Amino acid sequence: MMPGLSHYLLLAAGLFGIGVYGVLSRRNVIAVLMSVELMLNAVNINFIAAAKFVNHEQIVGQVFALFVIVVAAAEVAVGLALIIAMYRHKKSVNLNDFNLLKW
Amino acid sequence: MSLNLIVFLLIAAVILVAAVGVVAFKNIVHSALALILSFLGVAAVYFQLDAGFIGLVQILVYAGAVSVLFVFAVMLVMDRDAGETNLVNPRTRWIGAIIALLLTSGLAAAVYLTKWPQMQEPFAGDAVRQLAGLLLGDYAVAFETAAILLLIAVVGAIILAKGAEE
Repeated sequence: MMPGLSHYLLLAAGLFGIGVYGVLSRRNVIAVLMSVELMLNAVNINFIAAAKFVNHEQIVGQVFALFVIVVAAAEVAVGLALIIAMYRHKKSVNLNDFNLLKW
Repeated sequence: MSLNLIVFLLIAAVILVAAVGVVAFKNIVHSALALILSFLGVAAVYFQLDAGFIGLVQILVYAGAVSVLFVFAVMLVMDRDAGETNLVNPRTRWIGAIIALLLTSGLAAAVYLTKWPQMQEPFAGDAVRQLAGLLLGDYAVAFETAAILLLIAVVGAIILAKGAEE
């Protein structure tokens, strides 16, 4: 028995769920960004699996996964720079301290 | 059980255990190391799915560049005992767990109930050649936009991290 599309989709669902839990429950903003990366990786597994199993004439899924990786890299660079700027301002990486847009 | 399935189950176990480590370690440096392991496991999944180029990009970009960025950011903002840097938010801990559990079980049920197409014969041609043709042909505009996006993101990150002029 070969691993089928549903195996990969289940793996991606599990990884996505762990990422959601990390985003919702962590207090350190860098850990939240790491969990977002886990979710993006889960989405990429779906794209690559679909490229192999659903439409294997054209590997458009791999192109999409590549674009997701590009956007994720840009997101990490800007996100971490924002965190460093916030840390300089607040001397904290605790999400509960980042409330300066709240009134 | 074929060897392929055993390999897949091993990789999946590594990915999920490492991902749980990312959200469970109390020390954020350990979380960053678990994140690298998870990225490498995902790259192995790509290799198993005949996406060698994407797997290499995953290792280069995620396991290489992104994790180094994370480690540098962790070092730049760490000011006290590293063992207490990655704590849970007591207000959102249980509601977060419930939402994640519901979402995962919903997704798993949807995957289980949907009739998926069986795999046809494996992709014959040169995957990298076809990827290059698609990227520089049908998706050339998106490709160039991605390049500009990366440039803007890097310049913006430098400006943000450097801070305002006094």
